[in-house]
Amino acid sequence: MRHYRTIPGTIFDICNYLFLSLFALAAVLPFLYVFAGSFASDTELTRRAFFLIPERFTTAAYAYIFSTDTIVRSIGVSIYVTTVGTLINLFFTVTMAYALSKRHLAGRNFVLNLVVFSMLFGGGMIPTYLVVRELHLLDTYWALMLPGAISAFNLIIVKNFFQEIPAELEDAAKIDGCHDLALLWRIVLPLSMPVLATFTLFYAVGHWNNYYSALLYINEPSKWPLQVILRQIVMLSQMAAGDLNAMDPNFEKPPDQSIKLAVIVVGTIPILIVYPFLQKHFAKGVLLGSVKG
Amino acid sequence: MKPTATSTAAAAGADATVAGPAAARMGGSTKWGRLWKNRWLYVLLAPGLLYFLIFKYVPMWGVLLAFQNFSPYHGFWKSEWVGFEHFRVFFTNPEFFMLLRNSLILSFYNLIFFFPAPIILALLLNEVRIALFKRTIQTLVYVPHFISMVIVASLTYVFLTTEGGIVNELLDHYFGFKISFLTDPAWFRPIIILQTIWKECGFGTIIFLAALASVDVEQYEAAIIDGANRWQQMWHITLPAIRSTIVILLILRMGDVLDNGFEQIYLMLNPLNREVAEVFDTYVYFMGITQGAFSYSTAVGLFKSVVGIILVTLANWTAKKFGQSGIY
Repeated sequence: MRHYRTIPGTIFDICNYLFLSLFALAAVLPFLYVFAGSFASDTELTRRAFFLIPERFTTAAYAYIFSTDTIVRSIGVSIYVTTVGTLINLFFTVTMAYALSKRHLAGRNFVLNLVVFSMLFGGGMIPTYLVVRELHLLDTYWALMLPGAISAFNLIIVKNFFQEIPAELEDAAKIDGCHDLALLWRIVLPLSMPVLATFTLFYAVGHWNNYYSALLYINEPSKWPLQVILRQIVMLSQMAAGDLNAMDPNFEKPPDQSIKLAVIVVGTIPILIVYPFLQKHFAKGVLLGSVKG
Repeated sequence: MKPTATSTAAAAGADATVAGPAAARMGGSTKWGRLWKNRWLYVLLAPGLLYFLIFKYVPMWGVLLAFQNFSPYHGFWKSEWVGFEHFRVFFTNPEFFMLLRNSLILSFYNLIFFFPAPIILALLLNEVRIALFKRTIQTLVYVPHFISMVIVASLTYVFLTTEGGIVNELLDHYFGFKISFLTDPAWFRPIIILQTIWKECGFGTIIFLAALASVDVEQYEAAIIDGANRWQQMWHITLPAIRSTIVILLILRMGDVLDNGFEQIYLMLNPLNREVAEVFDTYVYFMGITQGAFSYSTAVGLFKSVVGIILVTLANWTAKKFGQSGIY
C-alpha cells in the first residue's frame, strides 16, 4: 500500500487535510450563518458581524413568514409543483424508457435518435416559450411541469437499466399471460425501485429549485413559486411582491435582514432534508450516465 | 451495448422464421402482426414521444422564426419572410460586440479558474488516506450543487451588500471602507466565477474520483518500489488515469462558450453592471420575453446554438486528431 512516510510527504498531508477542511467549511458555513441569523433579532444582526449562535433566540422571523399570504402561498405552489411535477416526470420517463428498452420494437432506433439529437440541439428559449404560449399554458402550473417532463439524460439511464433486467423474468410472466403494461407494473417497476428513487429525488430537487420556468411562463404573482418570491424578498427587497392587498399593512417596509435569512432557510431546508438520501444514490446515477457508449 | 438474451431473441425474431418463445414474443409473422403484438409498448411510447415532438421538435422547427418577421397576430404561416435581415441587424448592432466580449471573457475565466478546480480538488482528495475524513469532506462539498441558483445569488447578496452585508461590515470595521461588490462592474466576473466554484467544484470531482477509483493500486506499489515520490506518482499514474475524462469535459465545454448559464447571470445582472454582465442568453430573454421581439431574439439564440455546435464539432475533431477519444 501507499503507507510510507517522508518529511515532505507529511508536510503535504498536513497542508492537504487543512486545505480540504477549509474548503468543506466554506461549502457549509454560509448555511450555518444564515440559519443562526434567521433566529436572531435584527438589532443583533446589525450589531454583530458574524456569529453562529444567536445571543437571544427568537422565532419572530418565522412567525412573520408564516403569517404572510404571499410566502405561505408560494410555498404551497412549490410543494404542489414539486409533487405533481415529479409524478409527471416519473410517468413520462418510465413509460418511454420501458418501450425504448425493447430492442425488437420497430421504430425504436428512430425514436432514440430523436432523443439523442434533442440533447445536442434545441430550439432555444423563445421558440419554446412560443410553444408554451400557443398551448395556452402561460400562467398555469402546467407550464412549470410539462416543458421539462422528461430529461433525455435520465431517460437514457433508466432505459439502460431496464435493458439490464434479465429477459427470462419477463418471458416467464408473458407465458402466464401478462401483457406489456402488466409486465412493467408488476415485474419491472418493483425491480427498479432503487433507480426510480434516485430519479424521483433528482426530479423533485429540480422542481423545488426551478426558477427559470416561473420567470418565463408565470406572470401572475399569486402563482409564483417560492424561488421567485425568495428573489423578490432577498435581492429586490420587495416584501409585497406585487401583492400588496394580501399583506399586513404594517409590513410594507423593506424586509428585515432576519426575514431575508429565514426565507433563505425555508428555501434550503427541504433540499438539506433529502440530501442524505440523494447522496446515497447520486454517485451511482452520475456514474451510470458518464459511462460512454 | 452488450448482447443479451433479448437482443439475440430480437435478431432471431426479426426474421420471423424461428419458432419457439422468441417468435412468440415477436407476435405474428407479418409486419402488422408484430406491430399489433407490441401495441401496448407503443401506447407506453406515445406520451414520451409526444413530449419530445411538442416541446423539443416544434421549437426546433420554430427557429425558422429567425428568418421571419413573426407576429403573434398573423401566426407562423402568415408572417412575412425576411431572410437574414435579423442577423444583419444583430451583427451590425454595437451591442453584438458587447455580448460577444462578455460571453467570451466569462467563458475564458471559467476555463482558466473554474475548469481546473474540480480536477485539483479530486487529486487532493485522492491523496487522503483516512477514509472517514475523505467521505466527510465529500459529503460537505457536494451540498452546494443541490442548492438553487436563486439561493446562491441570495446568499451572495446577503453577504456582499453594502447595507449590512457581513463582508462589508468587516471591511468597514478593519479598514474603514466598503466595496459595492454587487454593482461595481469590476467585481461582476470574479463574483460569477467564485459562485460557480463554490457551487459546482465539489460535485465536479465525482466524475474524476470515479475514474481514479479504477486505477490499479499495484501501479502505485510498483512506482514506489522504483523510487517514485508522491509528486511523480501523481504526475505519471493519477493524471493519465483522468486524462480522457478531462478531454471529454473540455470538448463539451467548448460547446458552451457562448452559453454562460442564463439563471446565474440574470440573477446577478443589474443596470449598473450591465456593460460587463449582459450575455447572449440574457439578451435573448430581454429582447424576446420582455420586449416581444420574437424573431430577432430567436435569431440571436440560433446564432448562439449554431456557434456552439460548430465549436463542439471542431473540438471533437481536434481531440481525435491528437489521438484522444472524442465524445462521439
